[in-house]
Amino acid sequence: MTRALLAVVLVLLLGSAARAERLIVSVSNHRVTVTPNYSGEELVLFGSVEKDATTPADRTAYDLVVTVMGPRADMVTRRKERTFGIWINTDYRQFLQVPSYLALFANRPFDVITSPDIARRQQIGLNNVLLTQRVSGDYADVVPNDAFRSAFIRLRTQRGLYREDTSAVTFLTPTLFRTGIPLPAEVPIGTYEVEIKLFAGGAFIGKTETAFEIVKVGFEQFVATTARQNGLIYGLATAAMALMTGWMASIVFRKD
Amino acid sequence: MQLYLPIADLPVNVFLVLAMGAAVGFVSGMFGIGGGFLMTPLLIFIGITPAVAVASVASHIAASSFSGAISYWRRRAIDPALASVLLCGGVTGTALGVWTFTQLRALGQLDLMIALSYVVLLTTVGSLMFSEGLRALMRTRRGAVPPRRTHNWIHGLPLKMRFKRSKIYLSVIPVVIVGIMIGFIGAIMGIGGGFILVPIMIYLLRVPTSTVIGTSMVLTVATMLLATMLHAVTNHLVDAVLALILMVGGVTGAQFGARAGQKIRGEQLRLLLGLLILSVGVRFVIELVIRPEDLFTIRELGVSG
Repeated sequence: MTRALLAVVLVLLLGSAARAERLIVSVSNHRVTVTPNYSGEELVLFGSVEKDATTPADRTAYDLVVTVMGPRADMVTRRKERTFGIWINTDYRQFLQVPSYLALFANRPFDVITSPDIARRQQIGLNNVLLTQRVSGDYADVVPNDAFRSAFIRLRTQRGLYREDTSAVTFLTPTLFRTGIPLPAEVPIGTYEVEIKLFAGGAFIGKTETAFEIVKVGFEQFVATTARQNGLIYGLATAAMALMTGWMASIVFRKD
Repeated sequence: MQLYLPIADLPVNVFLVLAMGAAVGFVSGMFGIGGGFLMTPLLIFIGITPAVAVASVASHIAASSFSGAISYWRRRAIDPALASVLLCGGVTGTALGVWTFTQLRALGQLDLMIALSYVVLLTTVGSLMFSEGLRALMRTRRGAVPPRRTHNWIHGLPLKMRFKRSKIYLSVIPVVIVGIMIGFIGAIMGIGGGFILVPIMIYLLRVPTSTVIGTSMVLTVATMLLATMLHAVTNHLVDAVLALILMVGGVTGAQFGARAGQKIRGEQLRLLLGLLILSVGVRFVIELVIRPEDLFTIRELGVSG
């Protein structure tokens, strides 16, 4: 009972606080096109914190955490173990509907911005983002230092698909900010959600969302959709291409 | 020059892939093998997922084998009768192999199965070929007469057929069985199987070396075209752009390889091929035995949304 009451009070408090400031953001490009010469890109997110009449007068410094999440997918992390002298995959964990791209940016270290408790609740930092695992029929996120979870984050980070940068957000004026969103070359195709969370004095005071999409265009798009929708024709075309190439070569290199 | 691959979903350096295709094509033209056992690991090494690599390599092998087969045909180094009997078995074997592949995948541990069969097959075939080549080389160096080819039990089987171009009189039973075997192995391991077919044809079926390579290439073209079709229809994993770059490099390399192969003596060629196969096999052994740098791997199970 008391807990429910507390929750209601908390929601009301948060709600009223969220109305005090308004976040206005925009991404430099809402539609990133993947063309034959695409090899990574950097988007820019910029925005400002708008104060209104209800904003406490003593509130001057803000903190921001930007979360970028790519299209979600199921993934499996496997661990190799030595069995009969050879290294084979033995144990595995399934990660359900986790972001294929995940980036967290802030203007200063997460532990300075807010308390560990709020950070966990607001999913601030790679250690706090919810990554649902299936553990023998159960669905849960485990402790941050779980071997599979940390291996998963480490491997994604190595490929540039997961990142955390606590100095990426810069405030140009006390209320005007910007941050770069680097996209690696092997970027997953799909819709990307961007969440911008505002903090002041360690408290979460509001958030806003935006999105951008990464699409294949032209030839890439054509090839990818044909392969998916007309497998037989695609296969025949590839087979014909193989025979043509082989035949052409034997004509070009004919010695007589 | 970077180029984005539409199915593999990553950019690659065109010249690097072209060079890889040419190098493998050279080897395949020289020894009359598909070269899949070299190409697939190379593609995986530059970051292409194993599934896409296996599927796209099939069409590359088909192209370079086809260009090789044409030049062998012009030199009358293909036995059409022998090739068609082999094909009967090859098609059956490929279909059987694809079915088994699906069953194995349902059971899990398919990757391990593939790695283990690579190890067993490559090390045995490689060391057999290497030691045989070495012995033949020693013999010629001593000036000894090679032992006369004797008939073995295979030549006592019924249903005999005359293969004119190869000048052999042989039962169709072992030929069809060899075809089935190669098709089966090829479908499971994602290789053309030429490097197993050639020695089997030489040592077991006693097919003369003049027609062996050209005839085995015909089988490779057919099974790899079938594999390309099956991969395109069932898994949608064939990257046509990647395949085209590999093909262009591969067929060019194969032409030069075929010419180089004719300048080298038969036993030296076998010695070299044996060494090459053995080293790939050993590499797989090392990968299985040595503690991997990273014990964890991630695999995506398909993006939704």
